[in-house]
Amino acid sequence: MELLLQQIASGLTSGAIYACVALGLVMIYVSTDHINFAQGEMAMFSTYIAWALIQAGVSYWVAFGATMVIAFAGGLLIQRFILKPLEHAPVLALVVCFIALLSIFNSMAGVIWSFTVKQFPSPFPKGDLTGAGLVSYHQIGVVGVTVVMLGLLTCFFRFTTLGLAMRAAAQNASSARLMGVRVSWMLALGWGMAAAIGAVAGMLVAPIVFLDPNMMTGILTYGFAAALVGGIGNPGGAVIGGFVVGVLENLVGTYIIGNELKLSFALVIIVGVLLLKPAGLFGRVNVKRV
Amino acid sequence: MLSVRGVTVRFGGVVALDAVSFDVFPGQIAGLIGPNGAGKTTLFNCLSRLYQPSAGEILFQGQSVLATPRHRIASIGIGRTFQNVALFDRLTVLENVMVGRHCQTHSSFAANALRLAGVVAEQAGAQARAMELIEFMGLEDFTHWPSGGLPFPIRKRVELARALAAKPKLLLLDEPAAGLNHDEVHVLEAQIRRVRDTQDVTVLLVEHHMSLVMSVSDKVITVNFGRKIADGTPEEVRRDPEVIRAYLGTAA
Repeated sequence: MELLLQQIASGLTSGAIYACVALGLVMIYVSTDHINFAQGEMAMFSTYIAWALIQAGVSYWVAFGATMVIAFAGGLLIQRFILKPLEHAPVLALVVCFIALLSIFNSMAGVIWSFTVKQFPSPFPKGDLTGAGLVSYHQIGVVGVTVVMLGLLTCFFRFTTLGLAMRAAAQNASSARLMGVRVSWMLALGWGMAAAIGAVAGMLVAPIVFLDPNMMTGILTYGFAAALVGGIGNPGGAVIGGFVVGVLENLVGTYIIGNELKLSFALVIIVGVLLLKPAGLFGRVNVKRV
Repeated sequence: MLSVRGVTVRFGGVVALDAVSFDVFPGQIAGLIGPNGAGKTTLFNCLSRLYQPSAGEILFQGQSVLATPRHRIASIGIGRTFQNVALFDRLTVLENVMVGRHCQTHSSFAANALRLAGVVAEQAGAQARAMELIEFMGLEDFTHWPSGGLPFPIRKRVELARALAAKPKLLLLDEPAAGLNHDEVHVLEAQIRRVRDTQDVTVLLVEHHMSLVMSVSDKVITVNFGRKIADGTPEEVRRDPEVIRAYLGTAA
């Protein structure tokens, strides 16, 4: 029983992180129909920036905020200078571009900060809530930060005119343009926000998996699985998918296949969803009018 | 108000519009008619900057429309609806109408993100105005429904409300009666008049439904094969031999 609770708690923690990664993927997917393969590496790079700031003596939460701002600006610049010129490029060119970004960020982090594994601090106190090693404060903190961030995002998209304009631009670009919405800037904002969300995921996961240039590879795979389970194209679904995948992964890893095979479970989920229910749990089935 | 001068559009070797010129005066309801493929929608798409004519000029209140970037069209006062309804399907009716007001709102991203007082007020203003229009178009029952699932005639009304939300001075309606039954066309006719009279807009509509065009319009412009063949009051156009030939053909 204790083991089960422990696994569920740690599953929810990883789930929160997968939810952030999935949300970043979905935000870019709904507005451009592209899957940003570099989402994980961008998050990892941002985490290194946070690490460098903290090493330079900046306090944790200041570094946290500054990193989000830097990641936001970085995402915005990537959209403006790399993807906007490729607006009319075929989808394969974009896939290549995303993979290029992935390996560029990966190598750059290695060159600048070396490939050795680093410790990343957690802002939450050590120890755990129950005293029996069940639920650590960091785990609670991770879930808390994620939930707050998701709440703010929901408010932004539901209750502000700019959020409404972004949703409109994602759904019907030319119609939105005629309403006076600057669609291209909405995409740039979406990229910036996705990058900032990714940065948060990276900073929250780094104390658990340790910081190195390859830390997000596995997490991105879980993020994909989460986005697919939720129905890619549905932000709320991506979040729920994240928690579902996180908990399932831990339980399956502990009780059935062992921890070494956990990542392949993510791949099983991806293949399974695509085969059996391509629209995911909450996705819409696309019907094309002919 | 609107002055179209010598507008020519070519798609490859096809001349879709050949030096079309006409004027629409403030407060008028103008109808643009012509057989299928005459170039009516092409002209509309030039007016809303979806196409770039290869020659000619379009002036709106003395200002060049062709020199205005597409996202500014709404804010200079031109609104439009589409033949097959281009709503944001997953947004509610209220949200659709609120997006229509987008060009009238001005707060920045940072202010929005921080939900500053001005944004809250602006948001409330946008919502109030949207509700007014929803009432005006008789859509109260559907306010919080996603627009995608609504019946076609209702969607057309939502689109009209959305276009009105931007406070246009000129409203372009692309086949507003298409897909409507007899009674619905009557309602539409009254609505178009009411829009012109109470919202202070000039209307240009493309339409196949002859009785609607002839009864609602102050002037009718007829195009055929990309050329303007008639321009005048409904009475004049109805009697015009060119128009009769275009619609009924000539004896072989």
